[in-house]
Amino acid sequence: MLESYLLKKLQEKKILLMTHIVLGYPNFEDSFRIIETMVNAGVDLMELQIPFSEPVADGPVILHANQKSLAAGARVERCLDMAEKVAESFDIPFLFMSYYNILFKYGVDKFTKKMSDIGIYGAIVPDLPPEEGDAYLKAMTKNNLAPIFIFSPTTPDERLKYLASFGDGFIYCVARKGVTGKNTSFSKDLNSYLAKCRKATKLPLALGFGVKEKKDIDFLKGKVDIAVIGSETIRLVDNQGVGVVGDFIKSLKI
Amino acid sequence: MIKRGYYDGFGGAFLPEILVATFNELDNVFAQAKKDPAFWEEYKEIMSDYSCRPTPLTFAENLTRHFGGPRIYVKREDLNHTGAHKANNVMGQGLLVKRMGKTRVIAETGAGQHGVATATMAAKFGFKCTIYMGEVDMLRQRPNVFWMERLGAEVIPVLDGTKILKDAINEAFRDWVKNMDTTHYVLGTACGPHPFPEMVSFFQSIIGKEARKQILEKEGRLPARVYACVGGGSNALGIFQGFLDDPVELVGVEAGGLGLNSGRHASRLASKDASIGIAQGYKTYFLQNNDGQMRETHSVAAGLDYVGVSPILAKLKENGRVRFESATDKEVIDALSMAMKKEGLIPALESAHAFAQAFKEAPQLSKKDIIIINQSGRGDKDIFTIADAFNDPSWREFIKGKAEEYNA
Repeated sequence: MLESYLLKKLQEKKILLMTHIVLGYPNFEDSFRIIETMVNAGVDLMELQIPFSEPVADGPVILHANQKSLAAGARVERCLDMAEKVAESFDIPFLFMSYYNILFKYGVDKFTKKMSDIGIYGAIVPDLPPEEGDAYLKAMTKNNLAPIFIFSPTTPDERLKYLASFGDGFIYCVARKGVTGKNTSFSKDLNSYLAKCRKATKLPLALGFGVKEKKDIDFLKGKVDIAVIGSETIRLVDNQGVGVVGDFIKSLKI
Repeated sequence: MIKRGYYDGFGGAFLPEILVATFNELDNVFAQAKKDPAFWEEYKEIMSDYSCRPTPLTFAENLTRHFGGPRIYVKREDLNHTGAHKANNVMGQGLLVKRMGKTRVIAETGAGQHGVATATMAAKFGFKCTIYMGEVDMLRQRPNVFWMERLGAEVIPVLDGTKILKDAINEAFRDWVKNMDTTHYVLGTACGPHPFPEMVSFFQSIIGKEARKQILEKEGRLPARVYACVGGGSNALGIFQGFLDDPVELVGVEAGGLGLNSGRHASRLASKDASIGIAQGYKTYFLQNNDGQMRETHSVAAGLDYVGVSPILAKLKENGRVRFESATDKEVIDALSMAMKKEGLIPALESAHAFAQAFKEAPQLSKKDIIIINQSGRGDKDIFTIADAFNDPSWREFIKGKAEEYNA
């Protein structure tokens, strides 16, 4: 379902844009406004992060957004309600991004059923490799949801194929070592990595970690199908407020 | 699909993809070393030469007389170099780092003992060293911060989350995902993703191997009970492994903080407040809310206030092989005081939890019984906390005077 949407979109545009927000940050009302702004500015799909107290794969910007959202009282149930409202209101695919404990504590079957009921397309769970994902993979398939798996520059070729065999929708390629929100050098080194990724799967490729301006996205055109902007929009909201998000997205001229 | 590192459903390796290759390398190097008898000999040699092993098993004659019950022995892990059992794990991992050809080590620390041990290992083996420590713990354990820095380590305060041990672990992982080519993360306890629980337990098993041999030499028979404090669980697993196949009751003592009913404690296995979850790369009992968010913990001992617990101990709890109890901050201070006055021993606040539980149970045991208490570390590091707990007036005067000296 997600893949066919992406392929259709890719006939209109050379590269798609996925953005990321942390639900409940800076608060739930603003989360909704940010999503609305992003959709109106032309974002093609979005990750909605359900905050977790131990977000080990995230750098300082998203880490603090997780902490502040939780400190303000964000609960999983509220995040699900918000996601339902968002999916009803806007006509692009939304994915959940969270750590596995959130799904595990809610009940993986119950959580995936809920995702399907409220119209979420898939999930990115960065601390769940396929080796640990039996229950999750079964439940995602049953509910017709896309489990998004992650390629990294340290992943050997064999394993890229192994990971792709479990993935659906698209593959999320991490641009470099390290956590989210730090600088990435968009240079030739990235080309050979992306070529390896492309060879390992027929699924569309997304690239994230350190993408923050138009020239990064221009570099990625023709190499990947989706550019992912994560920390940068949160940083913008932190520094300049919710109002600037729309202009920022438009400045990327996807 | 191959599932590794499970202990009756606890454990596993919930890794971000970027670290999978690094863990495969570590797993292979460790598996080879574990199979190789020469590696254990090399390890024993370095522990004897550098860290005073075997550590003594001291008969506590005065405590034995005081309780009028079992013969009380104390396994003296406090006599390791740097004053705690942490040296066992750190030197073992250091040998693996050499095998992997890495040049930098990082570690988290709560009480600071693991950080100090890692810093000495790095100095000895010529590695660069960075230690992550929660800001709250830095204030509680300032002397250890001083020693780590003097030993050449960089100590980075962690200001996120609850600012204690679990947050330091998160930061160490964030460093590792960037620098894994040069860097090994010396995890300090038998927690985290596979192979850490197995690897840390393997190195700490030297405690139990020695203790079993020593008690048989001294008494010709096994103890009735063995007591150890449980934070992550490495010292407990270390000594328990010596007696797992024997008819010996094993007692793990967690931090009861202000009492199990207060909500302010760190008892994952002895209380009903914890539930099974997955965080920091492994599955175990965590102190968490219904959403799966980790809760704040409390203990007078910085080394025991961890939200999770070794998956191997979670298994031993479920199958009934280990009994878990808790001791409150107050019971711990009283036990520490008694150990000092009666035996001249100065257990760390962490280790004093094991003493406190043993003291509670000693009157019910017979004179024919033997018990062993694992003194996992020494209390010198806790001088500021212990002085406050005793409300020691002359220490207070000394600190005031010292502060004036610096202000002058």
